[in-house]
Amino acid sequence: MYRYDEIDRELLKQRTAQFRDQTRRFLAGELSEEDFRQLRLRNGLYQQRHAPMLRISVPYGLLNSAQLRRMAHVVRKYDKGYGHFTTRQNIQLNWPQLAEVPDLLAELAEVQLHGIQACGNDTRNITCDYLAGVAGDELVDPRPYCELLRQFIALHPEFYWLPRKFKFGFTGATIDRAATRTNDAAVHVLRRDGAVGYRFFVGGGLGRLPLLGQEMNAFVPEADLLLYACAILRTFNRFGRRDNIHKARIKIVLREWGVERFRAAIEEEYAKIGASAEGGQLKLLPEDIGRMRGHFDAPPYRPAGEAAADLRAQAASDPRFAAWLKRNVRPHKSAGYRVVFVSLKAPEQAPGDCTAGQFEALAELCDAYSFGELRSTYDQNLVLADVAERDLYALWGRLDAVKLATPNIGLTTDIIACPGLDFCGLANAGTIGVTHDIYRRFDSLEAQYEVGPIRITMSGCMNGCGHHSVGHIGILGVDKHGEEWYQVTLGGSAGNDAAIGERVGRALSRSEIAGGVERLIRAYLELRSDEEETFIECYRRVGMEPFKARLYEAEGESGKPVPSESEERPPGESGQGARAGMARRGVAAA
Amino acid sequence: MRRILRKHAIVEDDWTLDDAARTPAGLIVPLARWRAERELLLASAAAIGVLLPNTEDVEAIYPQIADRPLIALQFPTFTDGRALTQAVLLRNRLGFAGELRALGDVVRDLVFWLGRCGFDAIVPRPDQDLEACRGALDELSVAYQPAADAHAAVWARRRMRASA
Repeated sequence: MYRYDEIDRELLKQRTAQFRDQTRRFLAGELSEEDFRQLRLRNGLYQQRHAPMLRISVPYGLLNSAQLRRMAHVVRKYDKGYGHFTTRQNIQLNWPQLAEVPDLLAELAEVQLHGIQACGNDTRNITCDYLAGVAGDELVDPRPYCELLRQFIALHPEFYWLPRKFKFGFTGATIDRAATRTNDAAVHVLRRDGAVGYRFFVGGGLGRLPLLGQEMNAFVPEADLLLYACAILRTFNRFGRRDNIHKARIKIVLREWGVERFRAAIEEEYAKIGASAEGGQLKLLPEDIGRMRGHFDAPPYRPAGEAAADLRAQAASDPRFAAWLKRNVRPHKSAGYRVVFVSLKAPEQAPGDCTAGQFEALAELCDAYSFGELRSTYDQNLVLADVAERDLYALWGRLDAVKLATPNIGLTTDIIACPGLDFCGLANAGTIGVTHDIYRRFDSLEAQYEVGPIRITMSGCMNGCGHHSVGHIGILGVDKHGEEWYQVTLGGSAGNDAAIGERVGRALSRSEIAGGVERLIRAYLELRSDEEETFIECYRRVGMEPFKARLYEAEGESGKPVPSESEERPPGESGQGARAGMARRGVAAA
Repeated sequence: MRRILRKHAIVEDDWTLDDAARTPAGLIVPLARWRAERELLLASAAAIGVLLPNTEDVEAIYPQIADRPLIALQFPTFTDGRALTQAVLLRNRLGFAGELRALGDVVRDLVFWLGRCGFDAIVPRPDQDLEACRGALDELSVAYQPAADAHAAVWARRRMRASA
């Protein structure tokens, strides 16, 4: 994991002081609400429904035990005792008080955590393959490149006021576990003829126009990471639309220009940078990369013989351990070691939520069993990446004791969901209650194992933080006449076979949606060619129609008139639906 | 005469923006007027600077303005960063060495970023405190990446440190 030196520490210290002064000026009436808004966003502070929301960047999803302990402390001291892991591998706090945020950030800065560029129209936290460094299919460990790019984009003066947010996603493996092409820019680190380089995709994004990134350059040389990133960001800063916030992402420039013109513009700028003194400054030398790689050296693994254990015997004697071993434990590239997934999708828990006690337990467990480090995943779970087989049984018991061992990774109840209407100021509909309803219908592990791998994703509005567009079953909350309704999409995927889901038809009501999802899954069980065919494979083979027929089978049962689609509100407006939704679930206004 | 920030000094502004009625020491004219009245303007006693829209392609237009002592760039809102790229290109790629001036919705909390992108004259929004703006130029003394100021890239600093 990257360890700050005095330059990093001094920069973060000064940044923290800068925001403390900005907050002081706002509270003293010296800064207007609108002027301050832009400054607080660039420090992770967003105005939510009830209180400010603080988004804490977790660079490419890596956390250490000291950071976890500090998280436990700050959620107790400044919040309501829990935090929330997001689809960008970050952590959000939902209840901090503005006047206390400078102190909170100062406490986080002591352990290399911050909210710099966590919100706002700037370059956001970089996401990355959560199995970086331990996956068998890895070509190049992407983490050193993530950190080199992080330092380039952090507080970059030219790109601090972009037309809209800009997200980078990295992988260095053959399997895309980071939904990279849903990012504004995807960077695939790879080798060609022995040389390291980057395959760049640009123009992806979820939200109201979900698109996958298009290939810009199949092989940018290793030394040119920052030159190419600079060319993309400069092109975006110059040509990104600023007249309409809904058309301001880089994907709109790409769509309006077409891929060829867009690629030509980026390549031209890349060539100009390369030919100038600026290019010389941005070019990375082998020693820069080597120095950074040193921060991500493999931990001192024990010899395979010392690490291995007879897991089969342990599993045979304890079926609950066996279930966990099967669902939440994956192979590791080093013999005798395994990758352990920590599920944040326990029953009656909001997907991604983590309590202070769980943060503390995770700190202890990663110290005891995984070299002091933990990773967050884009699907809102956690990973202990380096666990010796002989420690698995003890680790499982301790995870189980704090409700972090639900054996459901990749299954029906491993639902990705944004916080929805209960918290978010943009949401049109609730998500947490719906995830609970779906969960209850598939609570039995046998039922989930029968269904097998499936990705259900859910967003409370069109902005798509819950990745609904790339779910096998995607659910989008919409507001109609002050009520929460849910549109269903099918066939999306965020992996190597990335695809944007297709909308099935009319939205379902709050009372219908969980039943609708269950009917879709039952349809799959009937339609699949055999037990090996997964939901997404089955959908691609048979198409939408048989699923659509089942989804609307119960049509009319609710007896409610179905409002037309044109009456849906755009996201970002508050209205009747929001208040009605909150009242129904008894969410108290802060 | 209004006061502005020039480098680290608060000074009386000796330039006037597109004012045909007066003949000040320096006159800043919009690009369109410069292109239309170039000879006339050059014949006047005043020094002539040019104000560019933030949508202008500075590389394409530069041959027409390269000899100007002042180029002014615009911030319609302080969150519109297009002029930051224009400034970096003027300084780093095109080698413009004259005064680079920021106009418009220039607030104290934009000043640090302006300085890093090569602006050496800053005309803050009228409600902004000039002393505070001057202080903001040095708000952060550390930077990770090179821009159009004196900061070296952090990776280059670490090279030096490693070889020291």
